[in-house]
Amino acid sequence: MRKPFELHAEYQPERFEFTKAFQKKVDEAISLYPKGRQQSAVMPLLDLAQRQVAETGAKANPAYGGWIPRAAMDKIAEILDMPPMKVYEVATFYSMYNTAPVGKYLVQICGTTPCWLCGCDNIINACTKHLGIGMGETTPDGKFTLMEVECLGACVNAPMVQINDDYYEDLTEGSMKEILDMLAEDMKPKIGSQKARKASMALSGPTTLKDRAKKAGVA
Amino acid sequence: MLRDEDRIYTNIYGWEPFSLKSAQKRGDWDNTKAILAKGREAIIEEMKLSGLRGRGGAGFPTGLKWSFMPKESDGRPHYLVVNADESEPGTCKDRDILRHEPHKLLEGCLIAGFAMGAHTAFIYIRGEFHNEGSEVIRAIQEAYDAGLLGKNAAGTGWDFDIVLHRGAGAYICGEETALIESIEGKKGQPRNKPPFPAMAGLYSCPTTVNNVETIASVPTILRRGGAWFAGLGRNEKNAGTKLFCISGHVNQPCNVEEEMGIPLKELIEKHCGGVRGGWDNLLAVIPGGSSTPMLPKEQCESVHMDFDSLRELGTGLGTAGVIVMDKSTDIIHAICRLSQFYMHESCGQCTPCREGTGWVWRVMKRMVAGNASVEEIDMLFEVTKEIEGHTICALGDAAAWPVQGLIKHFRPEMEKRILEYRKAAA
Repeated sequence: MRKPFELHAEYQPERFEFTKAFQKKVDEAISLYPKGRQQSAVMPLLDLAQRQVAETGAKANPAYGGWIPRAAMDKIAEILDMPPMKVYEVATFYSMYNTAPVGKYLVQICGTTPCWLCGCDNIINACTKHLGIGMGETTPDGKFTLMEVECLGACVNAPMVQINDDYYEDLTEGSMKEILDMLAEDMKPKIGSQKARKASMALSGPTTLKDRAKKAGVA
Repeated sequence: MLRDEDRIYTNIYGWEPFSLKSAQKRGDWDNTKAILAKGREAIIEEMKLSGLRGRGGAGFPTGLKWSFMPKESDGRPHYLVVNADESEPGTCKDRDILRHEPHKLLEGCLIAGFAMGAHTAFIYIRGEFHNEGSEVIRAIQEAYDAGLLGKNAAGTGWDFDIVLHRGAGAYICGEETALIESIEGKKGQPRNKPPFPAMAGLYSCPTTVNNVETIASVPTILRRGGAWFAGLGRNEKNAGTKLFCISGHVNQPCNVEEEMGIPLKELIEKHCGGVRGGWDNLLAVIPGGSSTPMLPKEQCESVHMDFDSLRELGTGLGTAGVIVMDKSTDIIHAICRLSQFYMHESCGQCTPCREGTGWVWRVMKRMVAGNASVEEIDMLFEVTKEIEGHTICALGDAAAWPVQGLIKHFRPEMEKRILEYRKAAA
């Protein structure tokens, strides 16, 4: 589903530098780990590189989303005093690091059994039809990439998708399309459950802690 | 049904803010100093008395696990690592603690850390829980600002730091040694044991890895006493309260805290509005997250949801992620999708798992279509037996069990599918 890591692809930039703002975050991340254990910061640094690229991509035309160029991995290897290969290993092992360009909104549809039981196939169909692309593809305007992913850990709110940092849960084909339409206009859809329930509480109302629910104005 | 006054997680649905101020109203961080003043041994003894077993899936007694940490430091620091890499399909309970009750977790870290001689805890949260992680970071900051963490944490005389480490999408990092590798900045591939983490874990230092729910339950247990917790549940080995996640074909999927050992039927009927289409429309239930073999309807009638009752039926409580499937379910496809999951999540280190999970998935795909021979069902079973027990970590076992459960309970369905396919092809 994900594009492979190609060291010499034409889209790989020659250089990568952290901006001042991101360099500060890089230093903070390294400072959280014991002295001499700076390699522990490789995951936060890869994440920061991806986020910096996403910030630039959000303003670009055509837009693009966060990914980690090889030059960024080399930079991180230099900062953390690691062999570049060790950084490539980590970057390609974890599924959240995009090692090739993606759309501005990375739509990751959970397809594992609990979501499948609750109709994730309909959500996949709604997305592919509405955006006119297949799974693993990006829209020509660079706005959306579609992907099926494994369990995102929100099973009682199935079916659900993750778009960039946010979860959208209890989806129907209708609410899925609305979310995509809003994002196409760079608006911010409501995150979490798309039905009238708070988090993982039963939709019809709580079965426990009813007094507290009343006090909190929930039921 | 568990009484409200016996619930640990009173803000599990996030009706109230997760903030320190709100958490303190719920009783968190209330005189933590007095708990630590009891001393390391007394805390561990009280935890043993409570009967708390690890809430991450394996169910190992928590007090006993803590007691494996060296009593005296040999100069190496000790570490507490909290496993918040919640990724087992069907499971979403830790997420609610992280986003709605983070202070229970942080206070639990201080107490558990003290009990094992650790001055630092790492909370390893799955990367996809980005917003939840940000809330935990805010809670950690609040705790530092209030003097509850850092030097002389909560006035206890114990220095304690908590660091949040974000994962980046790898189910295998829920395995404790893979998680440790990941914090060290490597691929999340499990280590051979021994050495066990209590001897040589994070940075080769004594380390204990505990699940979020385990640690977050600690402060309440110690405040109310081990005997209180032990008095709940079915028996001393299956004690206390437990967060259940019920997903799939129920009318009202939800998370709920209940007494350990609640009958499965009661759990579904009282809290989830029953099975979609009524109890008789039930086909099967996966009781404890995707790794646990399914229970067909007959067994669901009377089974109790605890470690030992489920074990007697050849399955397990696991994470208590209950996946309900009604009669409309293509049960072969449901398990095939899990095979795909395990293939995707195999770290690639051990050959039986790396090759076997892909093999199982490809055969399962043919089983879904019926494009197979009846003898291949036996071969499939044998292959799962070749994976099970032949790998460094339990992912191989976890990949094998759902398929074995399917063959055990739904073999006639698989055979029927094969015959239908043949008829259609002829």
